[in-house]
Amino acid sequence: MEQDFLLSAPITFLSIMATILMVVDALIKKSSKITFTLSWLTLGITGVLAAWTLKHNGTAFNGMITVGSFGAFFDILFCMGALLTLIAARPYMQRENLEHDEFHSLILFAVSGMMIMAHANSLLILFIGIEIMSVCFYILSGYMRSSVRSVEASLKYFLLGAFATGFLVYGMALIYGATGSFDYNQIFMAAQHELRFPSLMMIGIGLLLIGLSFKAAAFPFHQWAPDVYQGAPTVVTAFMSTAGKIAAFSAFMPIVAIVSPADTEMKIQIILAIISAATMLVGNISALTQTNIKRMLAYSSVAHAGYLMMGLVAISAHHARGVSGILYYLSAYLFMQLGAFVIVSILERSGEKNLEIEDYAGLSKRHPVLAALMTIFMLSLAGIPPFAGFFGKYYLFTAAIESGYTWLTIIAVISSIISVYFYIGLIVKMYFTEPNESGESTQQLPGIASITLAVSAVAVVFLGLMPAGLLDVIKLLFGN
Amino acid sequence: MIDLYIPLIIMVAVGGLFGLSNVILAEVLGPRRTKTKTKLSIYECGMEPITSARERFSVKFYMVAMLFILFDIEIVFMYPWAVQFKVLGTTGLIAMGLFMLLLFAGFIYVIKKGALKWD
Repeated sequence: MEQDFLLSAPITFLSIMATILMVVDALIKKSSKITFTLSWLTLGITGVLAAWTLKHNGTAFNGMITVGSFGAFFDILFCMGALLTLIAARPYMQRENLEHDEFHSLILFAVSGMMIMAHANSLLILFIGIEIMSVCFYILSGYMRSSVRSVEASLKYFLLGAFATGFLVYGMALIYGATGSFDYNQIFMAAQHELRFPSLMMIGIGLLLIGLSFKAAAFPFHQWAPDVYQGAPTVVTAFMSTAGKIAAFSAFMPIVAIVSPADTEMKIQIILAIISAATMLVGNISALTQTNIKRMLAYSSVAHAGYLMMGLVAISAHHARGVSGILYYLSAYLFMQLGAFVIVSILERSGEKNLEIEDYAGLSKRHPVLAALMTIFMLSLAGIPPFAGFFGKYYLFTAAIESGYTWLTIIAVISSIISVYFYIGLIVKMYFTEPNESGESTQQLPGIASITLAVSAVAVVFLGLMPAGLLDVIKLLFGN
Repeated sequence: MIDLYIPLIIMVAVGGLFGLSNVILAEVLGPRRTKTKTKLSIYECGMEPITSARERFSVKFYMVAMLFILFDIEIVFMYPWAVQFKVLGTTGLIAMGLFMLLLFAGFIYVIKKGALKWD
C-alpha cells in the first residue's frame, strides 16, 4: 500500500495540490499571485518526482496503473507543457482581464487527468483520466465568458466531446465482452489466443479508435479542432493543442500495442494507415486557405496528428521504432507548437484583434525578436533541418518505411511539402511585406512570457542539433 | 438459455394484452356520449396556460439542482461502506475519510464562491 502511494507520487501529489489550490482560491480574495506561485512550484516538484520514478518499472494499486518509464516520461512532458503555459498565461490573462483564479487549479486538474491517462493500465482508469482532462478543457475553452466565440467553442467541444466519449465507452464495453477484462495485460493475453467473439473485439477496437481519434483530432473526427482552437483563449489553445494531444497519444500507444495481436488480418493496421494519410492531407490542405492564424495553427496541429499516427502504424506492426519515434516527435511538437501559440498570444489584442495572418505583415520591423522566434517555430513545424521537427519527422518516416508502409511515407512527404507553403508563407509575410497600415505602434513587452519563448526556442534548436541526447534517454528507458 | 426468458415473455404478453383489452372493452361496452371539442381535448388540471412554458429560468435554479445531485450522490457511496464497515476496517475508513475530505473541499469552494447565495 505504501509502496503504491510512493510509486504513484507524481499523480497523488499533483491531485492533492490541485484540490488545495482550489480551496485556497475560494478562501482568499485576489489570490492569483499565490495560486500562480503554488502551481508552478507544484508542477516543478511533480516533474522531479516523475523523474525519480523513471527507473521504477512496475504496476501499482492492484495493477490498475503502471509506474515507471512510460508514464514518467509523459508526466515530465505534461508538467513542462503546463509550466510553460502557466508562465505565458500570466501576462495574457492580465491583459484580457481574465484573472479568475480557477485557471491555475483547472490546469493542474487537467494535468492530473493526463497523467492518469498515461499511467492507465486498465480501460476504466483510462476513461477516468480522459474525462478529468476533457472536463477541464471544456471549462477552459469557455474561459472568456464575455466572448461569444469562446462560449461557442466551449459548448461545441463539450457536445462533440461527450458524443465521442460515448463511442469510447461503448468500445471499452465490447472489448470487455470479447476478452473478459479491462486490464491491459489480460486483454493482450486474450488477444493472442482464438477469441470466442472476434467480431465483437473488432467492433470494440473500432469504436475505441473513433473515441481516441477524436481526442487526438485525427481525420475524420477533427472538425471540432479549428473552431475550438480559434474560440478558446490563446494560451488555453496552446495548452490544449500540445499537452492534450500528447495525452491522447499516450493513451493511444498502449491501446494499439495491446490489441495488435487480435489484428490477424491487418485490418486495424490498414485503418490506422488510412486515417494517418487522410489526416495529414486534410490538415495541411485545409491550412493552406486559412486567413486566421489560430485556425491555420489548428489545422497544422491536425496534420501533426497524422504524422504521429504513422508511429502508431509502426507500433501495430510490432516495430519498436514506432514508440521512440512518437516519443521524440511529441517532445519536439510540445515546444514548437506551444512557442508558436504563445507568440500569437503576445501579439493578440483584446477583442480578438491582430489574429489575421495579414496582421503579421512587416512584423520583423516592429518586433524583430518575436519575428525571429516565430521563424524558428515555423521552420521546425515545417520539418526543416536543423530544427527539432525535422528529426521527429525523420524518425517517424523511417519507422513507417521499416514496417513496410512506403506508400504512407510518400504521402507524408508530399503533405510535408504542401505544409511548407503556409509555414514559409507566414515567414515571407513577416519579413518581406510592408505593414498594411500604421499597425500596432505601441511596443508591448511580452513580460514573463518571454521565459516560455526562450525555453521553447532553445529546446527546439537543441533537440534539432543534438537529437542523440533525447534518443539515448528514450532508448535507455524503453530498450531500443 | 432461451427457456430462462420464457416467464419474461409471458409477463410482457400478459401485460400488453391486459392494457390493450381494457382500452377495447371500454370502447365496446362503455356508454356512448356525444363528442364535443372540449370533451375530446386532453385532460388537464389547474389553470389554463396563458403563455408558453419555454421561458428563461434563472441560472440559480440549475446551480442549486446540480449541487444537490452532486452532494446527494455521496450517500450512495456511503451505504455499501456502512454495510461492510467491519470487513473493510481501517483501510475502508481511510478511503472514506479521503473521499469525504475531497467532498468537503468542494463544499467549501461552493460556499465561498457564493454559488448558494440566492440574492
